[in-house]
Amino acid sequence: MNIFYFDHTLQGLLCAIFDAYKIKCFPDLLLAEGEIGPLIVDTTHTVETMSYKYQRVSQALKKKLSPFALTQIRYIWHAETPESKMLLFRYLCKVLDSAKNIEKHYSDPDILAVKKLAKKVSAERHYLMMFVRFNKTADDIYFAPVAPRYNVLPFIYRHFQQRFADQKWIIYDESRHYGYFFNGETIEEMTLLDDKDFLINNKINATYLAEDEPQFTALWQKYIQALTIRERINPKLQKRAMPTRFWKYLPETWTK
Amino acid sequence: MRKAIIDKLTILAESAKYDVSCASSGSTRQNNSQGIGSANRWGICHSFTEDGRCVALLKIMLTNFCMYDCAYCINRRSNDIERATFSPRELAKLTIEFYRRNYIEGLFLSSGVIKNADHTMEKMLQVVKLLRIEHHYHGYIHMKTIPGASPELIYQAGLYADRLSINLEIPTEDNLKQLAPEKDHQSVYKPMHFIQQYALESKEERKKHRHAPRFAPAGQSTQLIVGATDETDRDILNLTSILYKRPTMKRVYYSGFVPVNEYDKRLPIVNEVPRKREHRLYQADWLLRFYQFNVHEIVNENYPTLDLDLDPKLSWALRHPHLFPVDVNRASYEQILRVPGIGVKSARMIVAARRHSALTVNALKQIGIVMKRAQYFITCRDKLGTTVQEFTPEKVRLALTTRTLSSETLPAQFSLHF
Repeated sequence: MNIFYFDHTLQGLLCAIFDAYKIKCFPDLLLAEGEIGPLIVDTTHTVETMSYKYQRVSQALKKKLSPFALTQIRYIWHAETPESKMLLFRYLCKVLDSAKNIEKHYSDPDILAVKKLAKKVSAERHYLMMFVRFNKTADDIYFAPVAPRYNVLPFIYRHFQQRFADQKWIIYDESRHYGYFFNGETIEEMTLLDDKDFLINNKINATYLAEDEPQFTALWQKYIQALTIRERINPKLQKRAMPTRFWKYLPETWTK
Repeated sequence: MRKAIIDKLTILAESAKYDVSCASSGSTRQNNSQGIGSANRWGICHSFTEDGRCVALLKIMLTNFCMYDCAYCINRRSNDIERATFSPRELAKLTIEFYRRNYIEGLFLSSGVIKNADHTMEKMLQVVKLLRIEHHYHGYIHMKTIPGASPELIYQAGLYADRLSINLEIPTEDNLKQLAPEKDHQSVYKPMHFIQQYALESKEERKKHRHAPRFAPAGQSTQLIVGATDETDRDILNLTSILYKRPTMKRVYYSGFVPVNEYDKRLPIVNEVPRKREHRLYQADWLLRFYQFNVHEIVNENYPTLDLDLDPKLSWALRHPHLFPVDVNRASYEQILRVPGIGVKSARMIVAARRHSALTVNALKQIGIVMKRAQYFITCRDKLGTTVQEFTPEKVRLALTTRTLSSETLPAQFSLHF
């Protein structure tokens, strides 16, 4: 078994591709530096991330793929599933080996898998745009805790930056312990130092909330109740459209 | 004071909830980075109520006082319900507060008719203007047009709102006269026509001057009530297809009649909302808009009603077995699109993928084709099994209905895409 160690960045992965073609040895497993590999190993190689390497690979990819497929690559990288690194590696090798653009060769299992996973990540991104709920805090910052299945925060902050350009907000990924803070002008990546105190059971500690915040939560809950047509109750349909894993952040579902 | 708001909100949401339109798509309003809000091309839903309907917009009435007495409407003047009125300032403030918390994608403003059409429109315009001018709000606004409103007010509404809508409610004029003697179709078609005219003019104008104002960039929509009167699916879909031929008409919504005002003898006695029929109508609607079907292929003199047990595409395919099976590796995109079990996305994937290598049954399954239905209508390289020709349409029908009847649940009413 051949193992490549790399610095666990997308650029590092592109450098791994560069090295693989250079030394004519393709990895069966990609590991981040410091990760513990399997017992039986044939060769190991440590990838050095250098700008000339990844630039050359990404230039080659730009020639062979549409802008949409290039976005898909970023989606796959941010999926961070156990198989996604090797899937991306194999996919990119196939793309580079082929003379023509093969991004739509859907009977190839890797290419179809890339499409499917990218779609899932993209859907998660869309779910966040739907189900982020801001809570106004006492210091006038709108705070939204989230816990997406994939690491999609980098794909959505621009949407919120454009939309809420005149308010300060934070979207915080509870499971990955980082978030983005918009201070009214620029976006900054941030981490809560004391998230145990600030977030209790996925909700913001009530003492930090703005005074009128509970009233707006109540208004929203009442509104959703009033909007329901009792003759058409269909919880199955509701759950399919709004997966229950998001409910802990949605005030309208807390009343049940 | 806050108590008053919460009561008004409840009363006026109750009154607005039977309007089914919820799309927030079709507009690309940008934020100039000083105000609040933006519109997304594809629309974003923000919540789903227990009945499974999406909540994208703050769907609310400005007032539920109404001078009309339409039999099918919960807000008719002879109904003894709680009445309330928002002041434009209250409603604008509430919209902004909800929007800031990402509860909603925008505002859907409707209203009962007070005094006359123009007076009501002016009140509604006040809300919209407050939002756009005072609050620097760039999010989505859907505004109902009041039947009989003057062209000047409709023009103004279009400058501030993203989508305008005016509901036909009852598909034929005779039945409308029965249930709402004070209304006529003319008062609905006229504003529709104005909206179309202004939108087309604005489009022309914008070709010449880049900064000419947009008029209702997300077009217009309308709604038909299904099951309150005796129109067949053929009547309804014929009307729909005529409406879709109009350049700015983006959506026709179907609202299964929910039994309200049961004391009114002109209304039919229904025990249940005709959800299945409503669902089939939406499927037929999709065939018209995305599957290149002509309305006469779906319903005609011989088939005036949609089959409740089969989706309209399958039902069409079984009536035309001589057109099948199609070879997925050779047939045109249009032919593949008509195969039951293959949707727009799968059809596109098939056409793209077969350029690289011939598709097998397994590849088709992986792509996401519903083989349960498609198997009778396609051939490919390693296709086994019988086609609809050999198996006969009757048997296919039997095989597909006995299995589907129990397990089928109604899919969501799509709110994204137009």
